Amino acid sequence: MRTETRAIGNVLVVRLSGELDLGTAPEFRGRVEEELDARPDVTCMFLVLRDVTFIDSSGLGVILGRYKRLRARGGSLVAVSPSPQVRKVFELSGLATIIPVCETEDEAWARASGV
Amino acid sequence: MGATNHVTFEFPAIAQNVEFARVAVACFASQIDSFTVEEIDDIKLIVSEAVSNVVLHGYDNPGGPVRIRASIDGEVLTVTVEDSGRGIADVEQARRPAFTTSPDRMGMGFTIMEALSDTLDVWSRPGAGVRVTMTKAPRMAGSEEHGPRS
Repeated sequence: MRTETRAIGNVLVVRLSGELDLGTAPEFRGRVEEELDARPDVTCMFLVLRDVTFIDSSGLGVILGRYKRLRARGGSLVAVSPSPQVRKVFELSGLATIIPVCETEDEAWARASGV
Repeated sequence: MGATNHVTFEFPAIAQNVEFARVAVACFASQIDSFTVEEIDDIKLIVSEAVSNVVLHGYDNPGGPVRIRASIDGEVLTVTVEDSGRGIADVEQARRPAFTTSPDRMGMGFTIMEALSDTLDVWSRPGAGVRVTMTKAPRMAGSEEHGPRS
């Protein structure tokens, strides 16, 4: 699994690739927590899931945990372009009713700027 | 009628083995030719949830044994994931959606397993471990969205 992060203004763009499960979730959580600790101004996270080939409920849990942290600072988390497997698990688990899903990054930016 | 076959393997309940377990079972399951790619992904997810449960909750000390038996009978795959750990006091409660003891988890493992398998049986007794048995057969013809694997 690979995690890339980039802060643009108050938005943290996180690109994940590979498999997110019990074995890899701690690395993802650590990386994102580090960024959120270092950047108190970040209030929105775009989690780009296009290249995530597998996710299970351990992966969903760690996403939900970051969503809660951003909500606690008055922010939001948006899932961007989930692969079909990820989308299916989002829907099965009910996470899709909690976390907004955008098809593209452009859509996420439009959403963040209130367009 | 297709062939019958089975595999059994055992490994310590640690997080690094979750991926190994799901990939190994998916590889075995792919001997049933008419499973679609999506169905093989479902099998991976079911195994991942079952093994993760053992890693997280099965044993007081990490690394207790997880045993997996997978069998094929005709076109039906049966997978049993078993541990001999502390067990679940109330299986019905554990199977309920959003039942979790941890803030960073969803408590949806059993819900996902139930949704994706044809049958799911959970046996447990405190102190004697947990045994999860699932079966799945290809949905086959009528699936317009996803044809069989080539």
